[in-house]
Amino acid sequence: MKQKTDVQQGTLALMVLKTLDVLGSLHGYGIARRIEQISGDLLAVNQGTLYPVLLKLEQEGAIASEWGASENNRRARFYRLTREGRKQLQVETQDWEQTAAIIGRFFDAKAEDLS
Amino acid sequence: MRSLKRFFTRMFNTAAGPAQDERFREEIEEHIALQTAENLRSGLSPVEARRQAILKFGAVEAIKEEYQAERGLLWIEVLVQDVRYSLRLLRKSPGFTIAAVLTLALAIGANAVVFGVLNGLVLRPLNLPQEQSLWGIDRGGIGFESYPNYLDLRDRNRSFEDLAAVNLCYVGLDTGQDPSSVWGVEATGNFFDALGVQPYLGRFFHPSDERGPNSAPYIVLSYAYWHVHFQDDRAVIGRTVRLNKHPFTIVGITPPAFHGTIMFFSPDFFVPLVNQEQVQGESVLDKRANRRGIFEALGHLKPGVTPAQAIADLNSIGADLEKTYPKEDSKMRFTLARPGLGGDFLGGPIRGFVAGLMLLAVLILLAACANLGSLFGARAADRAREIALRLALGSSRSRILRQLFTEAMLISFAGGAAGLWGSIALLRQLSAWQPFPRFPMSVPVSPDANVYGVALVFALVSGILFGIVPVRQVLRANPYEIVKAGSTGRVGRRITVRDLLLVVQIAICAVLVTSSLVAVRGLARSLHSNFGFQPHNVMLIGTDLNMAGYGGDRVAPMQRQMIDAMAAIPGVKSVGLVDLPALTFDGHRMIVFTDKTTDLRPSNAAAQPFMFNISPEYFDAAGTTLLFGRTFTWHDDKNAPSVAVINQEFARKIFGSATDAMGGYYKMRDGTRVQVVGIVEDGKYFNLAEDQEPAMFLPIPQAPTSMLQSPLSQAWLVVRTAGDPQQLATAVRNKLRDLDGSLPAYISPWEKEMDGVLFAPRVATVALGVLGVMGAMLSLTGIFGMAAYSVSKRMRELGIRMALGAQRREVLQAALGRAFKLLALGSAAGLVLGILASRVLASIVYQANPRDPLVLAGVVLAMALLGLLATWIPAQRALSVDPLQLLREE
Repeated sequence: MKQKTDVQQGTLALMVLKTLDVLGSLHGYGIARRIEQISGDLLAVNQGTLYPVLLKLEQEGAIASEWGASENNRRARFYRLTREGRKQLQVETQDWEQTAAIIGRFFDAKAEDLS
Repeated sequence: MRSLKRFFTRMFNTAAGPAQDERFREEIEEHIALQTAENLRSGLSPVEARRQAILKFGAVEAIKEEYQAERGLLWIEVLVQDVRYSLRLLRKSPGFTIAAVLTLALAIGANAVVFGVLNGLVLRPLNLPQEQSLWGIDRGGIGFESYPNYLDLRDRNRSFEDLAAVNLCYVGLDTGQDPSSVWGVEATGNFFDALGVQPYLGRFFHPSDERGPNSAPYIVLSYAYWHVHFQDDRAVIGRTVRLNKHPFTIVGITPPAFHGTIMFFSPDFFVPLVNQEQVQGESVLDKRANRRGIFEALGHLKPGVTPAQAIADLNSIGADLEKTYPKEDSKMRFTLARPGLGGDFLGGPIRGFVAGLMLLAVLILLAACANLGSLFGARAADRAREIALRLALGSSRSRILRQLFTEAMLISFAGGAAGLWGSIALLRQLSAWQPFPRFPMSVPVSPDANVYGVALVFALVSGILFGIVPVRQVLRANPYEIVKAGSTGRVGRRITVRDLLLVVQIAICAVLVTSSLVAVRGLARSLHSNFGFQPHNVMLIGTDLNMAGYGGDRVAPMQRQMIDAMAAIPGVKSVGLVDLPALTFDGHRMIVFTDKTTDLRPSNAAAQPFMFNISPEYFDAAGTTLLFGRTFTWHDDKNAPSVAVINQEFARKIFGSATDAMGGYYKMRDGTRVQVVGIVEDGKYFNLAEDQEPAMFLPIPQAPTSMLQSPLSQAWLVVRTAGDPQQLATAVRNKLRDLDGSLPAYISPWEKEMDGVLFAPRVATVALGVLGVMGAMLSLTGIFGMAAYSVSKRMRELGIRMALGAQRREVLQAALGRAFKLLALGSAAGLVLGILASRVLASIVYQANPRDPLVLAGVVLAMALLGLLATWIPAQRALSVDPLQLLREE
């Protein structure tokens, strides 16, 4: 049985980058909420898996983080996209779209097209 | 790029430690708080809201692990964990740890020492720039060459950049304060230039300094001599010293690390070879037939010239020389040899011996690894239950293996470090060793980076070797079975890897024990064999009349006076004189011809016997038995017909038999007919391992004129005393001083002078003895480990057997029968191998005969004793089993 949360790390990373690109600086919970909203219940359980991905992206230099105050005035870690991250997002978006397009064409193909 | 950055960040995080984990904990709190607030807003109760939030976050521990894995470098953390755990385990069984580390320390130490020697003597013997392209010229197994031949080779070859030559000399050096006899090197003018050595101080001599015989009275001092005798005084340059009374000007000092080009020899000074007449008293530089002019010619090959091309080049010159000088030159076939040992004369045996030692040392290491391997296997078997539990709890097999390997590596590195430390100390000692009082030795074996590197590799390899033994055990472990059945293990009849390892190890150890016994026995025999003289109670007095300024006609009467003076000392039985005593690592050989030969070219020679020039009483003093005929009298002088006393081998070789030889004639090189007037017993003349060689003894006044020194000024008084010769040393010294105060004399018992020839067999015996003892120790621990393990595994079974009425003998057989069987098997294999391997020893160890029944019996006895010793404690333990207590406990 394949679980809904069993998202490939790469996919999740790409979603994080896109989210930060659109919304700017955001804390972990915000990112999780946003991904949940857009992707339906992809992160409905196991929201925690987001954090290792965030750390990996940060160690790669794609995102940066600093402490800030959250909406209920608690200390929270805010993440934002770096220039390097923006570049990475561009490249990976292109890659993704290309792959998606190929797979899409493949699914659309009828039996007579393949023969 | 990105992954590199990530790697470094992770490295940093690993080092930064757990402080960073705080951040993750805080982020979780915040996340859950925010989610709870959200849940509250959607109408859940506070408790339910928090519960849902935590559920939604997921398994915190799992994520935390993932987070940590992402943060740092997991393998380093695991390694640290493994190291800590292994250290704890090792501390828990100190006996095992100490035994294992010691075993390895010994094995790796032995290897490091032997490799250090190999490295120093064979791999970088002379420590000179570009040593790979430096070659010595060898003719017929030795490097000696005559000076005229050398000049032809130097000037006509097209292969060497420059060809230099050296010779050893032993002279009286008078610096104005302490006249003493010192060893030096006579070198050609191009010597330092050809080697590319720069002076430490002053300058060296060059070809431009040479303008014919005695034209270059310059002396270069070695750094060590300058340091000791001139206290680093820089003003010595330009000062004059006297070599055998001849003035020489100090022009320079060699660098500290430079010891010339003769291995094992660290000369005190260097002088130009062209001054040989002044230095040695007489020059052979103009004698093409006299190969004692040069010890070794050497030089760098030109870039791109292969040794084979160089040999062809030299041989074409040699063929030409043979044609031009048929009387002097024969067998002019050259080869190239590593420089420093006078051609292949010494190099072959030394290289062979060191290589053989290295082989044995590696065997020791293998035995140690086999030993530790079986110990490790036993340990892993003991821990089967623990390992099964860890497997059952979800640990991966690779993780368990990694831990076992970490343990093995820890032990091997500890052992390697200890072994290296010991070997460094030993090598340092060896470097400073001066085994011969009369000869400045240099054993260049101080440890360098190579030695450290090799020790590290040995440690690594041995760690892997014995760490690998339990791998199969772990991979095949079935946690379910083991946890269910307990760790009693199978006591099956199967031959396990451990049994095989033990047999291999015992076989290796038996080889070592065999070779060391062969060596010891060989040495014992060579010490008691018949030398052809009796060195016991004989004092040798080395004199050099040339050093004291005697020459020409003054030599013979002075020698007569010395003999008479010695004979007058109370307690002296007889006194003789000889140019060079036998077995003192030197010797003259001279070709002879049968009486019928008319064409006296070297290739027609009948034999090349050793030659001793002696006084009439020599045989008495030396204790050599005269078998036929007479010895000399003082009337056998220059004007009398030439006569000789020969040994049995000479008689057999030239005349066929002793009776034919008596009164017969043979011819010397210069055509002189010599009559045989007496025959003495055979003996050893140059070294103990030699085959029986012919020898001739000539009266001193009739010594051949082509000798290096004539008249014979350098000679040894052979003084036979009634008691300990040392007691007469003072009397001897006083007598000599009465005769001539300036006469340098060297006094030493003959037996001590023979140290030189006994040096090689002694070193061989000590080295092999040490390896043998190590082998014995290893097999002791190996058998002990195996026996102890097998007893402890079978305690319960033994208890049941005893409860059922088994006798002591049966219990012992059950407990130790297998160990003994393996021991017997291993010993037998080792003995056979040892006998085969001992052939290698025969070249160094005189009379090494592995089929010697004493050796065979010794090996069998030694191995049986070892087995008994090693199984004693386990046997006691097996016998003391109290069945009641045991059955209750287990």
